[in-house]
Formats: sequence, structure tokens, C-alpha cells
Amino acid sequence: MNTIVVAQLQRQFQDYMVSLYQQGYLDNQFTELRKLQDEGSPDFVAEVVSLFFDDCAKLINDMSISLERPDHVDFKQVDSGVHQLKGSSSSVGARRVKNVCIAFKECCDVQNREGCLRCLQQVDYEYKMLKTKLQDLFNLEQQILQAGGTIPQVDIN
Amino acid sequence: MGMETESQFHVLAVDDSLFDRKMIERLLQKSSCQVTTVDSGSKALEFLGLRVDDEDPNVLSTSPHIHQEVEINLIITDYCMPGMTGYDLLKKVKESAAFKSIPVVIMSSENVPARISRCLEEGAEEFFLKPVKLADLTKLKPHMMKTKLKKESEKSAKEEESEVSKPEIEEEEAVIEILPLHQELESEQLETIVSSSNKRKAMEEVISTDRSRPKYNDITTSV
Repeated sequence: MNTIVVAQLQRQFQDYMVSLYQQGYLDNQFTELRKLQDEGSPDFVAEVVSLFFDDCAKLINDMSISLERPDHVDFKQVDSGVHQLKGSSSSVGARRVKNVCIAFKECCDVQNREGCLRCLQQVDYEYKMLKTKLQDLFNLEQQILQAGGTIPQVDIN
Repeated sequence: MGMETESQFHVLAVDDSLFDRKMIERLLQKSSCQVTTVDSGSKALEFLGLRVDDEDPNVLSTSPHIHQEVEINLIITDYCMPGMTGYDLLKKVKESAAFKSIPVVIMSSENVPARISRCLEEGAEEFFLKPVKLADLTKLKPHMMKTKLKKESEKSAKEEESEVSKPEIEEEEAVIEILPLHQELESEQLETIVSSSNKRKAMEEVISTDRSRPKYNDITTSV
């Protein structure tokens, strides 16, 4: 094991993680999520996050269908979708996604179709952005493990 | 991990969202609980062994195929579910002679004080705001301990009784018998629950003062 390489990778991982919190992509709930991962469930975070992104794709698709026709918007369906998205983004610690959902819900409550469409576009952008970021993070994790190192505990404060 | 199956708590988790089920399952496992997850209130009742009467949905009877082997120490359920809500499930459990002693915890992503107090009044032990954290689950142990101890005491109390009488009456007598032993433990637990703070629970004051004392009295006198 090349300890220097491992140390560099660990440093990179740590810095990247911290930056995700600082830039508001992640919040404390992501830290809570990491607590649930252990030797018995080593891929828990990756699995949950993957489930979340699948949910995002599906919910966004369903909502875009509901919002498609200006004269026939199913706001009830949209509200249900936003509710679910807000819940799961909150559980995962996907801060930006969650914040868009809050604005999205407000547009839905007043039946503002234009506003909803804007929020839909934004939530789509945010979840895809987060997906890329987390993929980079997981890749760093894999590199550390492959180099024979351990994933550092990152203290976000 | 390293625990005997008999001494582990078994929790029944109810949530219509696959994502949330996965979360609560891991949280509970991490808290050393055995978990069974179901995606609806009706499936939860089925699992417990309660059958809904087809003619009158308000009548619940115990299925002849009751899951005697599966002892559930706690039910944790989402509030917002299609069909039977968590509140409906709570009511059905508390109305059933066989299962009303099982502690029920409600989870919700929405902080609605009226909803919270309604659930607590109906007999829910705790109301957790989602996302549920590991720290929240430490509050569950006292509730689960109570039912385990009660069941063990009832078992020995029942063994002393020579005749098999009607369940309701007999169990009440058994509870009264174990009261002195139980009282000490309960007041300790009460203090623990009352003193621990949950910043995320909106009705903290309500549950720690008004609710707790009457609630414990209810549990000791009824089954």
C-alpha cells in the first residue's frame, strides 16, 4: 500500500465532502445517513442515494406529464409528487433539492402552472447535479479502498 | 450483533414509501432491533393476525391463524398513507383487546400540532418528525422494555392461576398483581422520557406534562 497515495486520496475525499456541505448540496442529514453505514451494510449510503435518484427521475417524469397541458393540470398529482420528493430529499440530506421542493409546493398550492414548470426544471437540474457530485465522491471512496486505505470520518462543523 | 434472538426487540415498521421503509429498517437494525416492514396499515394488521370483518369494517376479530410466534414489541408507522392512515392503524391497534398493549409510534414529515396531539391522545407513545434520526430511536427502548417485562410478568402470574378464565378479566387481575413490581420501573422510565428533550417535537410540553402521567395510569389498569 502506497501510504502517500492513500493519504492524498483521503485528503481529496475529505476536502470534496466538506465542499459539498459548504456549497449547500448536502446538509446534516447526509451525515446521519453515513452513520447508518457499517461493516454489515457497507453500501447503504450508495444504495439509498441510488434509490433516491431513481425516485427523482420517476416523480419528475410523472409531474411533467401532469403539468403538460395548460388547460388540464392535475395539481393533486403534482402536489403528491412534490411531497414525496421533499420527503426523500430531506431524508437523504439533499439540501438544494429539498429547497426547490419547498418553493415548488408553494407554486402548487396556488396552482401556478408556470411557477411549477420552473420549479420542475430546477429540481431536475439540482438532482442531476447532486448525482454527479456524489458519483465523484463514491469514486474517490473506491479509489481509497482499492489503494488499501480506509474511508476517513469527515467532521462537518 | 451478538444478541440472542429472544432478548432482541422486534419492531413492525409501516410505510407506503419504499425509500422510507429502507431508511427506517436500517435505523432500527442499527439500533439492534429486529425489523419487519410492510407497506400498508392493512398489511400490518394482517401480520399481527387481525382480520377485518368484511361486513363491518369496524369489527376486528383475531384471525385463527394468529402469529403467536412473532412477538411485536413496537409498531412504528407513517402517518400519511393511502387507504388506512397511521392514525387509523393506531386506532385499530388500540381498539383490539389482543394488541392494544403494543406501543405505537407515529412518524410524519409534517409538523402539525393538531395531528400530533390527536395521535398522542389516541394512545401513540411518541410522534417522530421525519427524517427520523438514530437519536430518536433511543426513546423507543423504554416503551419496548415495558411490554417485554409485562409479558414476562403476566406469564408467571398466569402460571400461578389454576383456571383458565376469560382473557379480559384474567389479564386485568394479572396486571393488578404485578403493579407493585412495575410501579418503580415505570416511574424511572417516566423520568427518563420526561427529562429527555426532543427539539424536533412540537408538542413537547403537552406530552411531558399532561399526557405522560394519565397515560401511564391508563396502561397499568387496562390491557
